[in-house]
Amino acid sequence: MTNEECKKAVLDIIADIAPDEDLSNVKPDVRLRDQLQLDSMDFLDIVMELRKRHGIEVPEADYMRLASLDSCAEYLTPKFNALAAKS
Amino acid sequence: MNSGSHYDVAIIGAGLSGLAAGIRLAHFGRKVCIFERHNAVGGLNGFYSLGGRKYDVGLHAVTNFVPSGVKGTPLGKILRQLRIDRDEFALCPQKGSRVAFGPKGETALRFTNDFSVLEAGVASLFPRQADGFAGIARFVRETPLAGRGTQGSAREFIRTLVRDPLLEDMLLCPLMFYGSAREEDMDLDQFAIMFRALYLEGFARPLEGVRVMMRVLLEKYREAGGERRMKCGVRSIVVREGRAAALVLDTGEEVVAAQVLSSIGNAETDALMGSSRAEPPRLGYVETISVLDRPPSELGWGDDTIVFYNDSERFGYRNPPGQVDVRSGIICFPNNFEYGPGRGLKEGFFRVTCLANYDAWSNLPEDTYRADKLRWFGAMQGSAMRFLPPLSPPDALGRATVATDMFTPTTVEHYTGHLRGAIYGSPVKNPGGRTALSNLYLCGTDQGMLGIVGSMLSGITMANQHILRAQPERTPARGSANPGDP
Repeated sequence: MTNEECKKAVLDIIADIAPDEDLSNVKPDVRLRDQLQLDSMDFLDIVMELRKRHGIEVPEADYMRLASLDSCAEYLTPKFNALAAKS
Repeated sequence: MNSGSHYDVAIIGAGLSGLAAGIRLAHFGRKVCIFERHNAVGGLNGFYSLGGRKYDVGLHAVTNFVPSGVKGTPLGKILRQLRIDRDEFALCPQKGSRVAFGPKGETALRFTNDFSVLEAGVASLFPRQADGFAGIARFVRETPLAGRGTQGSAREFIRTLVRDPLLEDMLLCPLMFYGSAREEDMDLDQFAIMFRALYLEGFARPLEGVRVMMRVLLEKYREAGGERRMKCGVRSIVVREGRAAALVLDTGEEVVAAQVLSSIGNAETDALMGSSRAEPPRLGYVETISVLDRPPSELGWGDDTIVFYNDSERFGYRNPPGQVDVRSGIICFPNNFEYGPGRGLKEGFFRVTCLANYDAWSNLPEDTYRADKLRWFGAMQGSAMRFLPPLSPPDALGRATVATDMFTPTTVEHYTGHLRGAIYGSPVKNPGGRTALSNLYLCGTDQGMLGIVGSMLSGITMANQHILRAQPERTPARGSANPGDP
């Protein structure tokens, strides 16, 4: 998986948990919560959807790594690829 | 006896908070079962049929209503968290409501879903208090949705900004009637939550009432794989080593769950463990319902949605010494919402709600109880009608009435299991939801959120905090700031 595919996977999740948000212009280097109305409840949903859809575990100590799309990609892409390599 | 049902989470009570918690948990793969003693879902916000008509139990109006596009509100949060499309709830905004004080309601403040209407009313009736009122609104806007977590007196807070006791009482009256379990005052947090819910946001209702919302919740719960068992209450909680080790059902069957969420109330949950530590609730209500052969507006009653009234110099909010306190109350006309062109309720409804004393209603012989209900039915409606335009002819209400119903605190206790029929529960709230048992949590009215939207938010928040987010059995007293938040 590439970084761009990983960002797309995260955006797909956000689109489902926050259908009322406009995701067409999300800047990858800006904190998600600074450009979208997302609170800690919503980040909990992102984490849980990552587990549910992709089998990826994000421990609570690492939640801050999901701050922006860029940091999501940096943190999650290796996890996606490690899972893919296993299967 | 030991058939050994085992769940990740057992939820006691299929009201709004229990169902909302269940949806969250089932959506994220927990094996969940909701146990409900009644044969219908809804709890304090249920519905029933009588004589071929459908009635809502508790719902006058859904508070916390905001139009589509308003962000960061409780309604938006529950829709997101439960994956509900706004249109599914089919909420229609109110026409407008009123706080009417004085023997005939001469002093009135109108409020709608547009806060500026109330601001203008305050500025015109209480010009010297307008700045103080703006200060209250500012404070509420700056208060987090779940409150500040402080215990304070709403009256003391209001008095730092507003120096007219009439305005103080008029602002508090609707907020207390729609959610205070505390006599004569409100917790400051509850005040902020209710001020936002009623004044900053507003009222709405689905045309077909609360059952529309219940249907949506049940559908989501079922789709997510949640189980529920109806007519199957929890009789007791087996406590071992500080944990809820098992639940004993009304059938005698034992069920084991790693975690338990109870929506039935603090004292009610304590009673399942054979203890009575929690302070018992105090405030009961009585409500009359008249079904009319025409909309109330055609009787000449205008288009008020809700009227909160009080005829006395000060507004008293306490357990009445007699059976009912008719000096103040709530009038609700479910017809007066903006249902859209050509849409509306087929019949008119006129509901009047007053504070009632549980003890004065309980343990009465059946014929006394019936006679008392009949007597108070007339007294309550007569008192309430002082705050509406006079009818012509004077007996027009009786002529237009095609059916009536009435509930008392004992009715509420009988159908919902809430002690003393107290619809707002214990005067002492438990915002954290923790109990003496490490795997048992409270949600619902005694956790402290209020109204239809609040109760759903309560179930969601407790499920998130204690079950979905936390590792099981983590130590209590986590701060409100989560250092790991992105």
